[in-house]
Amino acid sequence: MSKYQVNEKGYYGNFGGAYIPEMLYPNVEELRQQYLTIMQRPDFRAEFNQLLKDYVGRPSPLYLARRLSERYKANVFLKREDLNHTGAHKINNTIGQILLAERLGKKRIIAETGAGQHGVATATVCALKGLECVVYMGAVDIERQAPNVARMKMMGAEVVAANSGSKTLKDATNEALRDWINNPVDTHYIIGSVVGPHPYPDMVARFQSVISEETKRQLLEQTGRENPDFAIACVGGGSNAIGMFYHFLDEPTVRLVAVEAAGLGVESGESAATTALGREGVLHGSRSILMQTADGQVVEPYSISAGLDYPGIGPQHAWLYTSGRAQYSSITDDEAMKAGLLLTRLEGIIPAIESAHALAQLEKMTFRKDDNVVVCLSGRGDKDLDNYMKYFGF
Amino acid sequence: MNRINSLFAAKGNKRILSIYFTAGYPTLDSTLDIAEALEQSGADFLEIGFPYSDPVADGPVIQHSSEVALKNGMTLALLFDQLKVLRQRVTIPVLLMGYVNPVLQYGIERFCRDCRAAGVDGVIVPDLPMDEYETHYRDIFQENGLSNIFLVTPQTTEVRIRKIDQLSTGFIYLLSSSATTGKNLTVSESTDAYFARIQRMELTNPVVIGFGISDRQAFVRATDFADGAIVGSAFVRLLGEVDYLEKIPEFIRQLKP
Ligand SMILES: Cc1ncc(COP(=O)(O)O)c(C=O)c1O
Repeated sequence: MSKYQVNEKGYYGNFGGAYIPEMLYPNVEELRQQYLTIMQRPDFRAEFNQLLKDYVGRPSPLYLARRLSERYKANVFLKREDLNHTGAHKINNTIGQILLAERLGKKRIIAETGAGQHGVATATVCALKGLECVVYMGAVDIERQAPNVARMKMMGAEVVAANSGSKTLKDATNEALRDWINNPVDTHYIIGSVVGPHPYPDMVARFQSVISEETKRQLLEQTGRENPDFAIACVGGGSNAIGMFYHFLDEPTVRLVAVEAAGLGVESGESAATTALGREGVLHGSRSILMQTADGQVVEPYSISAGLDYPGIGPQHAWLYTSGRAQYSSITDDEAMKAGLLLTRLEGIIPAIESAHALAQLEKMTFRKDDNVVVCLSGRGDKDLDNYMKYFGF
Repeated sequence: MNRINSLFAAKGNKRILSIYFTAGYPTLDSTLDIAEALEQSGADFLEIGFPYSDPVADGPVIQHSSEVALKNGMTLALLFDQLKVLRQRVTIPVLLMGYVNPVLQYGIERFCRDCRAAGVDGVIVPDLPMDEYETHYRDIFQENGLSNIFLVTPQTTEVRIRKIDQLSTGFIYLLSSSATTGKNLTVSESTDAYFARIQRMELTNPVVIGFGISDRQAFVRATDFADGAIVGSAFVRLLGEVDYLEKIPEFIRQLKP
């Protein structure tokens, strides 16, 4: 067993666990007892793989970005999660969880969403399976991600505004947990990232691990070497990053770089750079690193990118950070927006603002000329066009 | 034996009434005035909530009180400062209730020691898992004479209830249904059957029913099956009214037969 994976108690080093009220215990415990067994069943594996292939469009391409490579003087590959059905990596997880929910006999699905990508990915699989779907979304995010709200509604999901706190992802997650407490029998909660009580972080990581599994194979085909020198991904809760890192965790030559959102600047008071600003704490059912006051109240984060606007990170990230296995850096709004435009102009790809944070990290690094660098392009920028237009005054 | 044990052990103590309210709500320094008024009006024990920014087990009323309390500047350090004179003003059992993160940041040992110093008898931390408590916290709680209270819901298995009974030292907090706070209990055959099922288990600890107990009818129904019941949101709602202190005696009279 890798020291970077969850142990039998549900912990990654000091982090993880299941800090949940008794009302959530039966559902979380059922999941804990069943998830590995169900995921290993042949009927599950067959349907999961078939849907990833024929419905999501996997494998997603690994694209050697020539002009980007010239600029950064290394071989820069983009793992094209933006080309997945619904436009982001989020669907890898929702496909897995809907199949699990179905096998647990659940009739009703709830989810939280920030950028709306996870909400859309959840509404999509609910339409696919004919299950009732309720998505909680912060009132602020409903404003800034309007196209995704429309998509969810069109797919038959009910979108409920979370009006507490900062009215963003954290508050939407609170509302989803409250819904689950009040609907203890027939409901499954599809969490959108590697956060939440054990077994969620491990389960979501396993569903997203297809990203690095494919990357390994594709790199071998294209370069003759299956391990990259660098793997770079943005971190909100951390699911695309864990997916990108998963099969490289025990390959010490692969340098793992996780990119958080610095917002207006790490020290500006308007930031979501969790490892830089946070301390050990408990939120949404797990012990991790958390932005909080001295008194243990959760601090409202800020980022231009709704998908990174979260005050914590998944417990596995907290462990990768404290153990030094991965490097954590942060990128400001301005740096991300610039990197988003740069990719558009150099490669003809409009990235999600979340993914643009990972791309901006390239500016801060120096490479050897034959380094293979993989950036997880976690999503496409269609949902962010309004933001890009406003920011650049197009 | 702490005050909680004595309260339940005393013969003839039936239909015990506990009231929950949030420290620092409606004003920063209202905590002890409310506690004193509740004792004088006939409440049998108190749960004082310490506010948290992300109270996932709470409905809108207690969420709102927590938000206001935090805006007012309530912190655990300040609460313990206020509680220094608790035992000069209040004699009934007092428990603190809140979420685990503020306790972890305050420091679990310091928290337990300050509880003891203030004369706090027990603690309810819904998101502190039973296993964690058993392996890491039980000793420090017991050294400080604190009862840790566990919740039980209609979905809690019998095996787990037995385990909870074994680990409990004050009472068991039976939820009227799996719900966030503030949903009104609808008295029905199924809740009766659930309460009766727990009653038949003959647990070693007293059982107190909470969540959704908002009026005399619900209070009486709950205490037909259990040793006591807890009123939270309905009381916190009263604290949002003008002249709330004067209204407390009537509120308790309405509840308790
Ligand atoms: C495109 C995209 N990338 C990244 C994220 C951040 O989530 P995670 O850190 O779980 O990958 C989101 C979240 O909404 C997203 O939509």
